[in-house]
Amino acid sequence: MGILSKIATNNGHGEDSAYFDGWKAFDRNPFHPTQNPGGVIQLGLAENQLCFDLIKDWITKNPYASICTAEGVEVFKDIAIFQDYHGLPEFRQAVAKFMGKGRGGRVTFDPDRIVMGGGATGANELIMFCLANPGDAFLVPSPYYAAFDRDLSWRTGVQIVPVHCDISNNFKITREALEAAYERAQEASINIKGLIITNPSNPLGTTLDRDTLKSLVSFINDKNIHLVCDEIYAATVFSSPKFTSVAEVIQEMDCNRDLIHIIYSLSKDMGLPGFRVGIVYSFNDTVVNCGRKMSSFGLVSSQTQYLLASMLSDDEFVDNFLVETSKRLAKRHHNFTKGLEQVGINCLKSNAGLFFWMDLRHLLKEKTLEGEIALWRTIVNDVKLNVSPGSSFQCTEPGWFRVCFANMDDDTLQVALNRIAAFVQQDKESEKPTKKRCSRIFASASHRGSTNKVSCRRT
Amino acid sequence: MTQSHRTTEPEHRKPTTATAMRLIVPLQGVVQGRGGLILGSLIPCALFYFLQFYLKRHRSPNPPSPSASSSNLAGLPRTSSRSTLSSRGSLGPVRISARGSSIAKPDDSPYYIGWNKFRDDPYDKINNPNGIIQLGLAENTLCLDLIEKWVSENLSDSIMGRDGDDLSISGITTYQPFDGMMELKVAMAGFMSQVLGQAVSFDPSQIVLTAGATPAVEILCFCLADHGNALLVPSPYYPGFDRDIRFRTGVELIPVHCRSTDNFAFSITALDQAFNQARKRGVKVRGILICNPANPVGNIIPRETLYELLDFAREKNIHVISDEIYGGSIFGNEEFVSMAEILEAEEVDKDRVHIIYGLSKDLSLPGFRTGVIYSYNESVLAAAKKLTRFCSISAPTQRLLISMLSDTKFIQEYLETNKRRIKKLYDSFVAGLKQLGIRCSESSAGLYCWADMSGLIPSYSEKGELELWDKLLNIAKINVTPGSACHCIEPGWFRCCFTSLTHEDIPLVIERIQKVAETCK
Repeated sequence: MGILSKIATNNGHGEDSAYFDGWKAFDRNPFHPTQNPGGVIQLGLAENQLCFDLIKDWITKNPYASICTAEGVEVFKDIAIFQDYHGLPEFRQAVAKFMGKGRGGRVTFDPDRIVMGGGATGANELIMFCLANPGDAFLVPSPYYAAFDRDLSWRTGVQIVPVHCDISNNFKITREALEAAYERAQEASINIKGLIITNPSNPLGTTLDRDTLKSLVSFINDKNIHLVCDEIYAATVFSSPKFTSVAEVIQEMDCNRDLIHIIYSLSKDMGLPGFRVGIVYSFNDTVVNCGRKMSSFGLVSSQTQYLLASMLSDDEFVDNFLVETSKRLAKRHHNFTKGLEQVGINCLKSNAGLFFWMDLRHLLKEKTLEGEIALWRTIVNDVKLNVSPGSSFQCTEPGWFRVCFANMDDDTLQVALNRIAAFVQQDKESEKPTKKRCSRIFASASHRGSTNKVSCRRT
Repeated sequence: MTQSHRTTEPEHRKPTTATAMRLIVPLQGVVQGRGGLILGSLIPCALFYFLQFYLKRHRSPNPPSPSASSSNLAGLPRTSSRSTLSSRGSLGPVRISARGSSIAKPDDSPYYIGWNKFRDDPYDKINNPNGIIQLGLAENTLCLDLIEKWVSENLSDSIMGRDGDDLSISGITTYQPFDGMMELKVAMAGFMSQVLGQAVSFDPSQIVLTAGATPAVEILCFCLADHGNALLVPSPYYPGFDRDIRFRTGVELIPVHCRSTDNFAFSITALDQAFNQARKRGVKVRGILICNPANPVGNIIPRETLYELLDFAREKNIHVISDEIYGGSIFGNEEFVSMAEILEAEEVDKDRVHIIYGLSKDLSLPGFRTGVIYSYNESVLAAAKKLTRFCSISAPTQRLLISMLSDTKFIQEYLETNKRRIKKLYDSFVAGLKQLGIRCSESSAGLYCWADMSGLIPSYSEKGELELWDKLLNIAKINVTPGSACHCIEPGWFRCCFTSLTHEDIPLVIERIQKVAETCK
């Protein structure tokens, strides 16, 4: 038999990690309010379902935007045939405008710099192919998005050099840490081609302050290495401080723009992951040129481009959407974190994203990676909540967990809170044997009228 | 309305071994035993290597054409580009990746030049009657009216599905399986079967869906070969393979030249020779990539040859990738046999055969980005599925296609009408060329014809071919694809795509070619 390649047979896909074990547990036994109330609740999927109604409403009211309606079918032929990798100009213009609005109008984007990718996943991989050779490396502040290991490295051969951040300064990325990581890499003969950050951060849910962002730009400029900013959560900011894009910062700094690249997508801000819209926005002409040619491997369907061109050009809709999504995320975040606070669980203060960074260090039996995984297994298998352990984000300090809050309805959220409350309660009574404890979690959590219910305003 | 571009790439026409140090020649001295070991071989070897090394270091990058923008300069590592950077405070040239630099190079290939010229000056019967007529893109607009009619009669709601009585948005907005919705796989399996006249049934669980055939080919390559390995490709071949495979996988394409005397059919002997030559160079061949029906020639591989190919692949323990994207665009009388048919019928090594398909050609929906990998190899399917993370089909499009492909009656009518219309246009176009003394190779499929214009080229060489191509583009104002872009070893052949023309356009095209033909005689 013709054997397969290394890429096909290695585990660069990362799906053997703990991050995905939780998914598997969910897939095997998914929660349903009536059909499977004892199932696993998915708190590990960063999906924004809070504003579907707005999108559905717009699509229903604007049939001309869809090529499959009586109103829109006259452009069907032209759209079906359109495969230009530059993308529909109207689509690029609409996305550029949307990106500007998502950043409070403080910066404008050039439609001609917009390059498509197969979702942000494809876009991140594409920018790596453009910027780095196999064996080169990128600095990545940790904790970082679990799938970066796959997206940035699997097919590209690019290495990730984590720059560990911890709670001592609220996971801030310091110049010192970057310099130290860079030096160590140099000593190990690792060629650092750039730095990639996610801002707002996944998994932390925080935005970078202006000064930190400036120091990052200054760092990469001094070293003449690239800066890739994954701004996929830009419009999920729901409380202050406002979001500062790298595009804004370079307007006021002396820096080589050829080093600056932004990754974007509509999967989080608009809740449209199914549309597969990834964007590479580079200030470097060569990268735009090269990236555009590579985009053939992940172009956005022309039908989708056409629909979004209309939707995102509707100023009234977009302005309202951005305000609403922010409001709803704020409310959801508040309810969930307040509920957790009531049972003594704190989270990192955050103002963005579809998740928060939960502190369960005090519940660890031992303050080690094993301790974290043991706690996590209990949460997945016994409490039946899929949360993501900090180690899957390369967090060096055990006990942190990422919890998503925008991918379920309010009732499900309540059930999740109840289960956590019950678990924390049981954990305090640590004399009782584990088995009994967990069956009680079930008994109490699945009944809405239970005395362990966390008081929480229904939203 | 922006003119559409093919997303294919020009090939980089460096000979495949140019950048590799030639190992074979110096060793001949040793083999032939002349001058003893030191004088006869070691010293010449050493000098030879130093010479190659010197040449390699000092080979200049392709000089940018005068009209190139400054965009290509920033990325070339050896160019001192400080003065051309518009940024402030730079320390020197910004380095992007080596593959990035080579891809971003100025578009000096006829493919791009033709493209860009067409884009700037596209023919329009009313608004731009002297513009460039596009014959360089294999796109089929002949039956879009049927599709438009179907859409208007079948989808009065928008793209959303229905959840009971309510329009359901979550079916298109939320994350879907990355390798495609099962309903679409089922519909696609049915469609592929219809395309083959029900000669074989396809199993939806062996389908992986991708955003176009372009990423499908790339994914297969990543799964079957490592960086530095090679695939054999009968040539002339589809220029886009150079992009699909050379851009990012690091896999080499070794053309296996076919001749007009054989109507460009490939022989196992030629494959064998190419395989052995590669091995001597220390290059591991991992598979053979065929396009059946072929592009650019349009011929169909006979059943016996497919069997021989499988035997060859088994003997060498390599894979076969069969790109069957034109399987539904057959207008001739020859029997088209899909690899799937052979594998269903025989007890053969199913694990080494993989089929590429898509809707861009047979269903005229290139904008929708729909490609298929069909494999019998569970490990390949498992790996390919994970790789679709980078290139999934947009969910609203999947919903639309599920509806369309499930309407088997419509599909049947479409496939039959499509073939008829292609044949009619083909006959007309080929007859027109014949009047000019230009004959085409025998073909029974595809959206193009393969024309022999060697009688018109000033010198029987690639240079002569490109001079003719240039005249056709700039004087006749038609954009055709020269054979050299397809790695054809015989100069003077041109691929002319005709399925985006109407019958009325053909006399105009012929007339324009005639003007140039007359100046060449």
